[in-house]
Amino acid sequence: MEITHVYAKLRSEFGRQCLFSDRPEEVMVDIHPEPSLASQFILKTRKDQGLQACRDMSEHQVNTERFESNSCGMNHVEGGWPKDINPKDVEQTIRFRKKVEKEENYINCLQHLGSVMEHCIKQNNAIDIYQQYFEEDEELEESSELPSAKTINILRDPNEVKRTITSLSWHPDGGRKLAAAYCNLGFQKNPKDMSLDSYIWEIGGSYGRFNHRGMVLWWDVRKLSEPTERLVLDPGREGNLDRALGAISLEFEPTMPTKFMVGTEQGLVVSCNRKAKTAAEKIVCTYDGHHGPIYALQRNPFFPKNFLTVGDWTARIWSEDIKESSIMWTKYQMSYLMDACWSPVRPSVFFTVKMEGVLDIWDILFKQSDPSLSVKVSDKALYSLRVQDNGQLVACGSQNGEATLLEICSGLSTLQKNEKSLAAAMFERETKREKILEARQREIRLKERSRSEQSREDEAGREDGEDNLEQLIARAENDFYSLVEAEMRRRERREETPQENDVCDEREVQNGVENGKTGDETGNTDLS
Amino acid sequence: MANVEETMKRIESHKGVIGTIVVNAEDIPIRTTLDNSTTAKYARLLRNFTILARSTVRDVDPQNDLTFVRIRSKKHEIMIAPENNNLLIVIQSPCE
Repeated sequence: MEITHVYAKLRSEFGRQCLFSDRPEEVMVDIHPEPSLASQFILKTRKDQGLQACRDMSEHQVNTERFESNSCGMNHVEGGWPKDINPKDVEQTIRFRKKVEKEENYINCLQHLGSVMEHCIKQNNAIDIYQQYFEEDEELEESSELPSAKTINILRDPNEVKRTITSLSWHPDGGRKLAAAYCNLGFQKNPKDMSLDSYIWEIGGSYGRFNHRGMVLWWDVRKLSEPTERLVLDPGREGNLDRALGAISLEFEPTMPTKFMVGTEQGLVVSCNRKAKTAAEKIVCTYDGHHGPIYALQRNPFFPKNFLTVGDWTARIWSEDIKESSIMWTKYQMSYLMDACWSPVRPSVFFTVKMEGVLDIWDILFKQSDPSLSVKVSDKALYSLRVQDNGQLVACGSQNGEATLLEICSGLSTLQKNEKSLAAAMFERETKREKILEARQREIRLKERSRSEQSREDEAGREDGEDNLEQLIARAENDFYSLVEAEMRRRERREETPQENDVCDEREVQNGVENGKTGDETGNTDLS
Repeated sequence: MANVEETMKRIESHKGVIGTIVVNAEDIPIRTTLDNSTTAKYARLLRNFTILARSTVRDVDPQNDLTFVRIRSKKHEIMIAPENNNLLIVIQSPCE
């Protein structure tokens, strides 16, 4: 049924406000319930349903069969024998072993292992490689500091014209004072205003001066007007002034007042006895060793039988008993050695100074081929050297009148353990060596003499001898010059070596003068 | 076979050698100059030791390998030469 209400409105009344008014209700439609329709009503059961947009899945639970485990230790007695072999059955094991031994692999393997093992066994037998070395000297107090010397002071000649310091001497007690003797060593170069003063330096700077004519002769301190004695140094012991040798250095040991030694210009050391009556007996023996004048001569303060000489380009240590040659010597240095002295504290240490201004400290127990320490003290030549009594201060005098004071490191100026015994042993050893060599030389000479006496060509031999002498001299000269030239060539080549290695090699093969060189050159070619 | 015999005899006759043992890859002592129980003990212990030594060496540097093991004790020296899992063990007492 349609419930509608139709009303009409005038157009002119559109938009007018609605005026509402009450009116009583009107029943429009009335629908009564019809009981016949109630029977047609169906009652539905209620249901709750959840909804989700996902895949359908199902869940299961499963239990596996139980496995029992137990932890315990096991004692493995025999190796992993294969299953079929009973380890207790000796026969079976032996059979198995034999089978393995026949395998190829096993044989090869064992041979190799055998050789390796043998090597080690032999090693063990040869040397105990786990030996403990130096068990006795567990405490080694090695001074790990390098030897060093420090310049403390330089005392200059206050005069304008510089003179060389020819000799220095420390004041005996306390050692704070140093006396320096100056003289001009240039030949006939005395300018008029040169002072003839010598100076005493006190370490600290101030100085005093006194005049004396620095000459070395035999003076009695009480009678300074003229020398008490003169001794003519003649090797022929005839007192012949013409053949006398010029004396350069003098050595006098206060504990042995009768003996003294003189170093000469010709390189001879003359040992003399003061108490001898005649001049002939005064000269006891001579030691010949240097090619040039002996500038320094000093006995070792600890071992008076050994003395040190310095001359030409070497320093030599002598033993009084061996007159033929020195027992130890340094190799030829690059420049002239001018002075040397022993260290008053250490028997195996001595100092030398050189023309090139270098002070060398030698420790013969440590290294014999080179000085332990080389210090370049000045650019001028060093002419004199003195060590203070405590062994730590060294004074060097140079050509321009400068006295340089150096402090030596304690390693070189303190007495080491066993040093005295080691030094004594070394001197003994070297002396013995020289003695043996001397004896051998004498034997050879005896043999030759007896041989030449037997031969009848005595006179012819003597003439040949003289000719030979001249030839020998000529040959020596040639050898010398060729050696010098070869050395110079080698020096030049060494400067050009990086570029010319192959060329050097060829030249080497052709140049057969020096065999020693091939050693050097192979070293160089390895670099290429 | 003869070579092996010769080698082993030579090793055993060296001065100071107390005993030798050859162990194969399965820890079975193939050849020995010592008694059984000592041999078995040595073989077992030294096999483990060598394995540990080798693994140490190779752990530090994989390119490296163990070539020889020497154990020096107060009384003697045990030397082990390993190869291909075989071991040659020699016990030597040092001669001074």
